[in-house]
Amino acid sequence: MKQNHFTLIALLLMAIAFIAAALFHNTGEEKAQIARVTNHSAALIKDHSIKAGNPDARVTIVEFIDPACGTCAQFHPFVKQLLQQHGGRVNLVVRYLPFHQGSDKMVGMLEAARKQGKFWDVLELMYATQNQWTKNHVAQPDIFLALIERAGVDVARIKQEMNDPAIMKIIQQDMADGKLLGANKTPSFFVNGKPLSSFGYQQLQALVESEVNKHY
Amino acid sequence: MVDQTEPQGQLAAESVSWKLIFICWLIAMVATLGSLFFSEIMGLIPCELCWYQRIFIYPLAIILLIGLHPLDTGVVRYALPLAIIGLLFTVYHTLLFYGLIPENLQPCREGVSCRDDSMVLMGFLPIPLLSLAAFIVIITLLFKVRRLAKAGLN
Repeated sequence: MKQNHFTLIALLLMAIAFIAAALFHNTGEEKAQIARVTNHSAALIKDHSIKAGNPDARVTIVEFIDPACGTCAQFHPFVKQLLQQHGGRVNLVVRYLPFHQGSDKMVGMLEAARKQGKFWDVLELMYATQNQWTKNHVAQPDIFLALIERAGVDVARIKQEMNDPAIMKIIQQDMADGKLLGANKTPSFFVNGKPLSSFGYQQLQALVESEVNKHY
Repeated sequence: MVDQTEPQGQLAAESVSWKLIFICWLIAMVATLGSLFFSEIMGLIPCELCWYQRIFIYPLAIILLIGLHPLDTGVVRYALPLAIIGLLFTVYHTLLFYGLIPENLQPCREGVSCRDDSMVLMGFLPIPLLSLAAFIVIITLLFKVRRLAKAGLN
């Protein structure tokens, strides 16, 4: 009997300690994250960043993406829908965190497509065909290059421009900014500079709606 | 006299065995919950060697508990091999962490390096060293339980 009690008490204490430590860590982490963003608010949006939606909207979602990231692909329609729902009141800024191997080349293609006004078409095609050109979490840019004409781009020009050192500089800047802001996963969202502390569709929607209500 | 002290001695030995296995179980539980805390709450990505150590410590948290209720010192037979294999990985990891094994030998490729700074807790406690301590204590205590059990049989 006494031994059973020992074990039960030990189990209980360990569970309590685990939950308390998790709560303690999460609140500390949330505060640190908010402090990081306040201290480095200039890192959120850069002149080179691609933007969508009404430029005068008072609510801005900053999304750090990796074209090879499956969750980014799943989130994309939802983010688009959020912009449409709040027509004109919410806009989007896309930043790059190409963590997957080979993904920097994918960003190269996106930026090259941007020069042809086809950024969003190519991004959506990338997301839609992601399982064809990612193998074992490694992006295979050559496979996607064979598909890219479906987005209606000048493929020869893409191939020529995708390795532009200026694009690599953009990636480096975005990665450095991501680090400053504590964006270490993709997708990472900031709404009017507020980090999405708990990840999920509903949480993002709630954060966007609270900002819309505040500013309109 | 002899007839009375022998069962008593055996009971005492069983109580000591129970406590020793209990301590081993506590260590295995703390290691399990601790490693899950690092990866799931703190978001540290476990390096490859950490995964192998997890493979050998997680089952200990379960089988040692089963060996405690009711006390079955035979659990040592199942627990010791796991702990010893886990120790081998931990020794390798510790040597690697302190640079005593050259870097080109390390099997870590993607994700976190097994020599990463994120392995050091609160600035002074390296996770590989905690793991090493856990496996050494568990193995020592389990051997003690085995000796007690063998003495009881004779």
